Amino acid sequence: MGMTIAEKIIAAAAGVDSVKPGDIYTVQLDHLMSNDGTTHLTVDMYNNKLKNPHIADTRKLVFIVDHNVPSDSPKTAASQKKMRDFARENNIDFWEGKGVCHQIMIENYVRPGQLIFGADSHTCSYGALGAFGTGVGCTDFLYGMVTGTSWVMVPETVKFNLTGKLPEGVYARDLILTIIGEIGANGCNYQAMEFTGEGARTLSISDRMALCNMAVEAGAKTGIFEADDKALEYLKEHGREPKAVYHSDPDAVYAREYTFDLSKVRPVVAKPDFVDNVVSAEETCGIKINEAFLGSCNNGRIEDLRVGAEVIKGKKVAEGVRFLVVPASQTIYRQALKEGLIDIFMEAGAIVMNPNCSVCWGSCQGVIGENEVLISTGTRNFKGRAGHPSSKVYLGSAATVTASAIAGEIATADRV
Amino acid sequence: MDKGTIFKFHNDLDTDQIIASQYLLLPNLDEMKSHTFESLDPDFSKKVKPGDFVVGGENFGCGSSREQAPGVLKALGVKAVIAKSFARIFFRNAINIGLPAIVCKDLPDDVKTGDTMELHMSEGTAVANGKTYSCTKLPEYMQNILNQGGLIASLNREEE
Repeated sequence: MGMTIAEKIIAAAAGVDSVKPGDIYTVQLDHLMSNDGTTHLTVDMYNNKLKNPHIADTRKLVFIVDHNVPSDSPKTAASQKKMRDFARENNIDFWEGKGVCHQIMIENYVRPGQLIFGADSHTCSYGALGAFGTGVGCTDFLYGMVTGTSWVMVPETVKFNLTGKLPEGVYARDLILTIIGEIGANGCNYQAMEFTGEGARTLSISDRMALCNMAVEAGAKTGIFEADDKALEYLKEHGREPKAVYHSDPDAVYAREYTFDLSKVRPVVAKPDFVDNVVSAEETCGIKINEAFLGSCNNGRIEDLRVGAEVIKGKKVAEGVRFLVVPASQTIYRQALKEGLIDIFMEAGAIVMNPNCSVCWGSCQGVIGENEVLISTGTRNFKGRAGHPSSKVYLGSAATVTASAIAGEIATADRV
Repeated sequence: MDKGTIFKFHNDLDTDQIIASQYLLLPNLDEMKSHTFESLDPDFSKKVKPGDFVVGGENFGCGSSREQAPGVLKALGVKAVIAKSFARIFFRNAINIGLPAIVCKDLPDDVKTGDTMELHMSEGTAVANGKTYSCTKLPEYMQNILNQGGLIASLNREEE
């Protein structure tokens, strides 16, 4: 029986010829990534709960401070110090303030065919380069750190056959929200979402990241693309080689198949308080906003900043609205500086901030107050996700978010 | 047999509601636990007693991978979480820290906050309002982790 890409990666990591969904295997992990959201707890457990504390292979580990950076309180600073000291003492790759963890991982570590655990739910982003990334908690992370391995239940794969090409003014962000709106917040629970077809090949690496990144918002264990020429080109540009390039077999078994025609996708918005509460962006036009956020591991890349800058060039942020622009990494920030995008945003009245998770995770910067409304390119719109429990979060594309910042209410880019 | 009071929550209950981002970098679970379910019921941590149960609907624990979510529930003494289905990271985290996460398809719709429930873990049943419900068995691998008190306890045993 044939296997899917996700199954082939697990089989290789388990050292077996074939696997099938539901089987549980011990697997070798290629990388383990942890950020400041939980690492202080991992370090405490390492020091206090283990009988024999040791690290299997420090080269597999990556620690990234990205959630509350720079720190926002003495307690945060203490938690981050614990992480920083541990990384230094144990010779672990350590990044601080350089970018959102998944962007750092894609730019510097991820290779096709790898199996990567990250102590962050959006680790599923790595499928953009044909790797199997999945989110875990800090206990799983600790186990992986000590043994270099973990246990995995092989997920079923769901096939998303993409046809056509996204129209002008419609983005991968609209596509993934459309898909989640259709299949639901648990539409692929415990499963792998494989994006394939001629439509998939039209998408850039940044687009693929936007898709895979939100697989977890449909409950999926991972989202994954085949590593095609575009992925290999990206790797080459970043000085890396694939571990292995896998293709799904023609007789691979899928739990379900969906077809999405990209040419029919339109701008959409996810309304509070669930990511699958997706409607046409038109339907939400006119809703007053207090803040707009362009950034995050989902939509803070150079491509997204270009879209935003194009929309806002020569225009102004509406009075009383805060427009936060947060490049997802310093590499992106510096590229945006070179291209003059940061000037455009600042000229328009935006607040440009250092790369971090920002208001997408509702702590650190840009948190919104009682009854305030945010439109965001972030990953989630749960109740209180961006601040006060009474506040509301709408999710849209870089174009819709920027247009809304100009209008002071939710607006599509063709209206401003 | 374990007996306790039910605290009932909605479908797609996300981990931000269990413990909000702003508390995650506090030094430890003891400092975080008073903020459990704060957005939905600010007094939850005062009302819940060791041995009580959290009951959810479909997709319980969706969203963030924060292990602090099952962590604060366990720190407050919650005996088990029962739901129609779980989001995978929450499910895995709960088992890993030794907090039973139990799938029971029929019970959640029949109960409300304040009801009393009995959990018969070894038989795989729960009793509420005079009715007995059967729960889904965990895969053996995960049951073993739970039986040993979580993944770290199991790792320590492996390394002996």
